Amino acid sequence: MTIHHDEPDVSALLAPLESVEPGLMQRLHDRLAAAAAEQDTLDIAYRTVDSPIGKLLLAATERGMVRVAFEVEDHDAVLQRLAEKLSPRILFSASRLDPAARELDEYFAGTRHRFDLPLDFSLSRGFRLSVLEHLPQIAYGHTESYAQVALAAGSPRAVRAVGTACATNPLPVIVPCHRVVKSDGSFGNYLGGAEAKRALLALEAA
Amino acid sequence: MEPKKPFELVVREHGPTVLRVCRAVLGAHDAEDGWSETFLSALKAYPELPAGANVQAWLVTIAHRKSIDIVRARNRQPLPVDELPVRPSGLGIPGDGHREVLDAVGQLPPKQRQAVAYHYLAGLPYKDVAGLLGGTPDAARRAGADGVKALRTILVDSSESYVKEETP
Repeated sequence: MTIHHDEPDVSALLAPLESVEPGLMQRLHDRLAAAAAEQDTLDIAYRTVDSPIGKLLLAATERGMVRVAFEVEDHDAVLQRLAEKLSPRILFSASRLDPAARELDEYFAGTRHRFDLPLDFSLSRGFRLSVLEHLPQIAYGHTESYAQVALAAGSPRAVRAVGTACATNPLPVIVPCHRVVKSDGSFGNYLGGAEAKRALLALEAA
Repeated sequence: MEPKKPFELVVREHGPTVLRVCRAVLGAHDAEDGWSETFLSALKAYPELPAGANVQAWLVTIAHRKSIDIVRARNRQPLPVDELPVRPSGLGIPGDGHREVLDAVGQLPPKQRQAVAYHYLAGLPYKDVAGLLGGTPDAARRAGADGVKALRTILVDSSESYVKEETP
C-alpha cells in the first residue's frame, strides 16, 4: 500500500479506500488484455499449462508462437528476457494461447502427432534458424543424429552448432529438438532436462 | 539501470493504486473505465517510457488526463439524473466504511479531491501534484490539507447523525 505514513492520521482516515473487491482486478486485467489485443498493442501474450514434463510457459506474438519454456528455465526470467529482446508489451492472456494449449494437451495424450500452429522465429537467426526450420520434418516417433541434422541444414560439418541450436531452441516440444540424439543412440542434452527428453521420446515410441 | 519489466508486472504492482485514484477522482461509476483507459494508453506508450522512470507517477499522470477526458465526455452527454437507477455500489466489504469515505471524497471540490488522491493515495509529492493541477506546490499542499480537513468534517458529521438516528 502506498498511502503515506508521514501523516498516520490521514492514512487512517483514508484506509477504508484500500479495499478492492476480490476478483475485480482480475476482471479489469482480462478486459485490458482483450482490448489491447484488439488494438494491436499486445505484442506478447502468455499463459502456462501443466504437462507431464512440468509446467510450460507459452508465449505468442500476433504472428505466432514465439516461446515455450520449461519450469527449470524460470518463467519470470524468460518473460524478462522476452521484454528486453522483443517487446515489454507483455500481458497474461489465455485466449491467444488457447489453440497451443489444446494442441499440447492432445500431443501429451498421444492423439496428436503434428503441431499445426503458426510459429514466430524472431528469436532465432542464421544457421540456428535453418536447424530449427528443419526439425519439424523429423517425423513423430523418429529421431535424427546431430550429424544428420547438420547435413539437412546445409552445413554437414557444423555438428556442434546443431547442438547449440537445439540447446537454445526457443520453441521446444513444438519444434521437436528432442528428436535429435547422439550418433550412438544416446539421448544427448536437453534444456528441459534429460528426464524430460526421455519422457517425450518414450511418449512418441508408445 | 534496471531493464524494463514485462507490462504484466506493472499492472499487478500498480493496478490497485490506480483503481483507488480513479475511484477517488471519478467516483465508483466511472472508475473502471478510467482504469481501463489508463492502462490501455500506458501499454501503448510503455516501450517509449525511459528505463528507470517512476512508473507509478507516470501512471497517475495518465490517469489524471484520462479522468479529465471522461469527465468532459460525461458533461457533454448529460444524463437525466432523476432517472438514473440506484446502483448498489458493491464496493469494499460491507461495513468497512469504503462507500462512506468514497462518497465524502466525491463531495470535495475537484482540486481538493485530486490533491488528496494523487498525494495521499498514490504517494505523489506535492511538487508533482502541482505539475498535474497547475499552480504552485504550496497551493497543491493547501488543496490536499483542505481536502483532508473537509473529509474529516463530512465523515464526523455523518457518523454523529448516524448515532443520533440510532439513539431513541
